Amino acid sequence: MSDQPEIAVTNLNFYYAGNVHALKNINLPIRKNAITALIGPSGCGKTTLLRCFNRMHDLYPKNRYEGEIHFQGKNILAPDTDLIDLRSRIGMVFQKPTPFPMSVFDNVAYGLKLKGVKKRSDISEKVEKALHHAALWNEVKDKLNSSAYDLSGGQQQRLVIARALAVNPEALLFDEPTSALDPISTAKIEELTQTLKKEITIIVVTHNMQQAARISDWTGFLMLGEMIEFDETQKMFTTPSVKLTEDYITGRFG
Amino acid sequence: MTVFDDELTHLKELILRIGAGVELAIRNSIEALVERNDELAGSVIADDAKINALDIEIDEEAIKMIALRQPTAGDLRLITTAMKITTDLERMGDQAVSISRRAIELNREPVLKPYIDIPKMTAIVQKMTRDALDAFVRKDMALAMDVISRDEEVDRLKHLILDELALFMAKDPSAIARGMKVSFVASSLERIADHATNIAEMVIFLVEGKIIRHMDTRR
Repeated sequence: MSDQPEIAVTNLNFYYAGNVHALKNINLPIRKNAITALIGPSGCGKTTLLRCFNRMHDLYPKNRYEGEIHFQGKNILAPDTDLIDLRSRIGMVFQKPTPFPMSVFDNVAYGLKLKGVKKRSDISEKVEKALHHAALWNEVKDKLNSSAYDLSGGQQQRLVIARALAVNPEALLFDEPTSALDPISTAKIEELTQTLKKEITIIVVTHNMQQAARISDWTGFLMLGEMIEFDETQKMFTTPSVKLTEDYITGRFG
Repeated sequence: MTVFDDELTHLKELILRIGAGVELAIRNSIEALVERNDELAGSVIADDAKINALDIEIDEEAIKMIALRQPTAGDLRLITTAMKITTDLERMGDQAVSISRRAIELNREPVLKPYIDIPKMTAIVQKMTRDALDAFVRKDMALAMDVISRDEEVDRLKHLILDELALFMAKDPSAIARGMKVSFVASSLERIADHATNIAEMVIFLVEGKIIRHMDTRR
């Protein structure tokens, strides 16, 4: 693991429209080819932080960032950042599966077409590769033309991951990716993250502390918009340095 | 206080109960030796079953808590420490049984010599055991470090006793069988001190998360 972080957050402050100060002076190194988990109580800012990494907050014009997030050396909070390009390089997977109302194949091909890939054979090849990559191919190879809505929740979530993977992202953001899934589907997604991290940098927000412990290499604990502690996951779950972290992860909060 | 906190408190109480049983076993085994009291030695041997039962109960409680509570951080360290400490305590109990058996055997024969260094060694070992358990309950690092530092004195006393017994046995071959038995007692006491040291080392893990065992043999 190189010391240079893939994504470096420096003195990040974030204000929601109406001046709600949601993130306070966050500093955080996101390591390449590792999984970083963000944990903390509801309203602590973990999802807000996650959404900064692909500028999702820009959908509401009055939201405001301060500070810098360097991704491969370039500040992605700079005004000239190409957001479409950024979001294909840093993909996102949400809590509830969000397949588009179209076939399994077209869901995965969607981003490719948007990026201008026209040749059908290229598209087919990339769709198949992405479905393999998302550990879904064997389950859908005979129903590529069926509606994505016919898939189970766990399959839909992996389909959404395949859709994100099709455009070759360098990082993926997971916002509670398994909170709507049963334990078997959850285990599949968790296992998948371990394969994906060999090629992709992953940041995951989760309410499930055991999930953070199981899948992540690094963990950041946030509270009231502040990064209370950030360290290797193993350290965080055996000997956290900060009393607040200990109280939170052992379930003795408040 | 949550239900889980109550369970953790209960686990600590179980450690104190097995600890109290072991302290009593050590005291009685040496008293049985010095006072030539077969009955007391017999009670140590009989009561070892209670110590063994507590050891199993502690392991079962700890495993149950790991399975059902998925403990982390300080809770995880407390539970794993309890599991390791109970093993040491149970073995200390076994050493007290061994001392008691030697006492019963020695009581059948004439006194070899008055015991002077064995009671001295016992006093240190008993204090180490008590302090190691106190350090565990109070999460007292300084006390744990102090217990660890006392192990050398116990080793020194053991060698003193063995050397003295060797002289006795060299002079009088009829004293060899008894001399060997007293040496075993000294070795048992030394083993008990080692277990107390292990407990103290686990207290340091409990408080700081650092494993200091085998520091001298590890990089």
